Amino acid sequence: MRITERAKKYMVAAVLVIALQTQIAKAQTDADAIMMAKSNLCVGAMYGHSSWKNYWEGTFKRDNQNLGTVSAKMYSVMGAYGITSKLNFLFGAPYVQTKASRGTLHGAEGIQDLSLWLKWMPLEKTIGKKTVYAIYGVGGFSTPLSNYEGDYLPLAIGLHSTNLTGRVIADIQHGDFFATASGTYTYRNNITINRDAYYTTSMHYTNKVDMPNVVSAQFRTGYRTNRWIAEALFDYSNTIGGFDIRKNDMPFPSNNMDWTSLGVNLKYNFKSVPGLSLVGGGSYVLHGRNVGQSTMFNGGVFYILRTSKSKSVASHSCKLCAK
Amino acid sequence: MKKIIFSLLITATIAFVYFGCSKDIHGRTDELPALNPANIDIDAGSWKLVLLSRPDSFAVAAPAATNLPGYIGELNEVKGLQANLSDDEKAKIKYWSVGAVLRFNEIMRELVAKHNLPPYQNEDGTYPIPSGSNPFAYPQFPFSNPPYAARAYGYISASQYDALVACWYYKKLYNRAAPYKNDSTINANAIAVKTDLPSYPSEQAVLAGVTAEMMKMLFPTEIAYVNAKVEELQLATMSSGACVRSDWVAGEALGRQIASVFAARGRADNTSKAVGSQAQWDSLATATAAKGEIPWHSLETPARPPMLPFFGNVKPFLFDSLTVKNVLRPGPPPSTGSDEMKKQTEEVYGYTSNPTAENLKIVQFWADGAGTFTPPGHWDAIAAEDFVKQNFSEVRWARNFALLNMAEMDAAIVCWDAKYFYFNPRPSQLNPAIKTLTGVPNFPSYISGHSTFSGAAATILGHIIPERADAYMAMAEEAAKSRLIGGIHYNASDCKVGMDVGKNVGNYAIQRALTDGAE
Repeated sequence: MRITERAKKYMVAAVLVIALQTQIAKAQTDADAIMMAKSNLCVGAMYGHSSWKNYWEGTFKRDNQNLGTVSAKMYSVMGAYGITSKLNFLFGAPYVQTKASRGTLHGAEGIQDLSLWLKWMPLEKTIGKKTVYAIYGVGGFSTPLSNYEGDYLPLAIGLHSTNLTGRVIADIQHGDFFATASGTYTYRNNITINRDAYYTTSMHYTNKVDMPNVVSAQFRTGYRTNRWIAEALFDYSNTIGGFDIRKNDMPFPSNNMDWTSLGVNLKYNFKSVPGLSLVGGGSYVLHGRNVGQSTMFNGGVFYILRTSKSKSVASHSCKLCAK
Repeated sequence: MKKIIFSLLITATIAFVYFGCSKDIHGRTDELPALNPANIDIDAGSWKLVLLSRPDSFAVAAPAATNLPGYIGELNEVKGLQANLSDDEKAKIKYWSVGAVLRFNEIMRELVAKHNLPPYQNEDGTYPIPSGSNPFAYPQFPFSNPPYAARAYGYISASQYDALVACWYYKKLYNRAAPYKNDSTINANAIAVKTDLPSYPSEQAVLAGVTAEMMKMLFPTEIAYVNAKVEELQLATMSSGACVRSDWVAGEALGRQIASVFAARGRADNTSKAVGSQAQWDSLATATAAKGEIPWHSLETPARPPMLPFFGNVKPFLFDSLTVKNVLRPGPPPSTGSDEMKKQTEEVYGYTSNPTAENLKIVQFWADGAGTFTPPGHWDAIAAEDFVKQNFSEVRWARNFALLNMAEMDAAIVCWDAKYFYFNPRPSQLNPAIKTLTGVPNFPSYISGHSTFSGAAATILGHIIPERADAYMAMAEEAAKSRLIGGIHYNASDCKVGMDVGKNVGNYAIQRALTDGAE
């Protein structure tokens, strides 16, 4: 069947963004409008690189010659499984290495956080011949996979918090063009640091740190067929609460980290090898607070493993593409 | 579909159980019980003073008799306060009831952490220096780095101690009982722990007065903040039923007067000359190079002037300046060109090239770098949490903190003297491949400040609480080791010698403790 054959060539696009300081790995599969078909398992490997030279202490933008350029390399494994064509299970886990190009501070490396997601598409509706709407709900859970040091910013590989995430995604496809908007709330649990006391805007005689929650939003738009996706992304992330890094102080996990970033993604599905695809992208932090002004690149390869129950290789929500 | 809903439910349940615990965080000292001294130390007025020549150097007038209308009016004021306590006021009473020496020490640690930030460079790559005469301008005065902090803790604790000894002297002399002993209504409503300690002058007031007054010298931008604490403590103490207004007024005035003696010493103790000038900094390097040694240089970019290079000339509390130079100053470190130095540098590289998670944890726990209360503050925190369990009277709390913090201040002086006498480079200077697991401090390597502070603190604390002596020494060893495995210090020269010097300083504090009349 032609429809199935074309659908086969789709798979979950997974794109890493390293935006926040150098740490946060984010599998974009949980924020896009693409679903795996029932019983298909898509797995892939991603490489990401982010770096920044300038950063914001509160609203004060500066560089730091004792850090030079702070960079992070990220190698991750991720995947998605179609429980049904309307309910997907996603996972990801990166290995992260950080370093500073100048100064004496030692880099850090280790396995970062495991992310698990359930992505549900309760509504998909075709209007006329060219337009499809869809709504998604995503629930996520992430937790550290190793005892890496979160209180080692800006070279920590992550913030070491366990998070719960709720997200709503709305998608519209019109012909070969699409737009996706999403809003996310991330609840971050307290973290434990290897210190008995710390100062934020007052003294805390404890090793527990209250991590402020995060509200974020994303808008992405571009060209989407079952061969190619080319899209531009705008990201907004706002930590609700937290405090500013004081002048010449070290950053801290519960800082008020905010940013906006702009990026592009490309994805290509091979015709000759059904189920195989390549992804790549980049992004740049336009403006931030208590974060580095990161430039990020990433690339990856994904492959869909069909199980005995599989009927089609993959699908995204767009019924038009299946025509 | 049922399966799916089931798995969703399971996931949601696990998530809710995991996050079910409250996000509220309580500090370790938030919920402590009120101070209930095992011994009120009624004779503490005779304990050996630090700076005052006599406990009655500053006169405190005899209080009015408790049967006169003046005092009865004061009792009525307390009753009025007791009758209208808000939840917030009750919380403040509870907070301060744990002990005013403890709480002021915590406030000091907070202020040290707040002000422990190295100044940001000027456009031309030089660094601005905080100015005590213009404390609010950036960079605010002070930059409470470890030597500054050690001295601040030292002065605060020593002045609080002398002030409380004087306070106890007058308490015993005038022997005016607390309001809860003089009035049955106040007694019935009192939140304060009831003891036989006379309330005139109020020990909380003496502490508030002496601490607030010392702040004018030590943390001039925080005077308003501390005075707000003074008012809070006054209301809490009076409304708890522990003192009347005249107890407070006499105590606060006494505290402020005694502070003047310590502040006068502080203004003349050579701290003002500790920064030095470019010519003096250059001559330190020249003198070291002339001895055939590689001189220390700043590892920061732009190069930052050395931290308080002449702090070694500050006048110590437990011995004189000649003892710093002639008795306590350690012999030289291995020559920077020697095989021994090469070997010690290699050892540091070995620890840092592939750090273990356990080592990272130790380094982080003891780092106490910029933005923290510094190593002396860390030892105060350790001490405070143990003192709480000892049920010391306020005057004994003050005495023990004075011993600890005079030792820490003097340890800073001896350590800084050695650092700038030898001007020895950091491991990362001799081998730039050494990457450190925490920030490299901007002063010479030999001897390790952490080791000196920790050796001194563990020694005097082990004397104060003998059953914890081994534990303190193990902590001190770990603190010293954290600087080796973090790539900050050489082991044999910096850490081990630092520990030994610190212990020697601590022994001076023990000598004082043995003869101060409190044991």
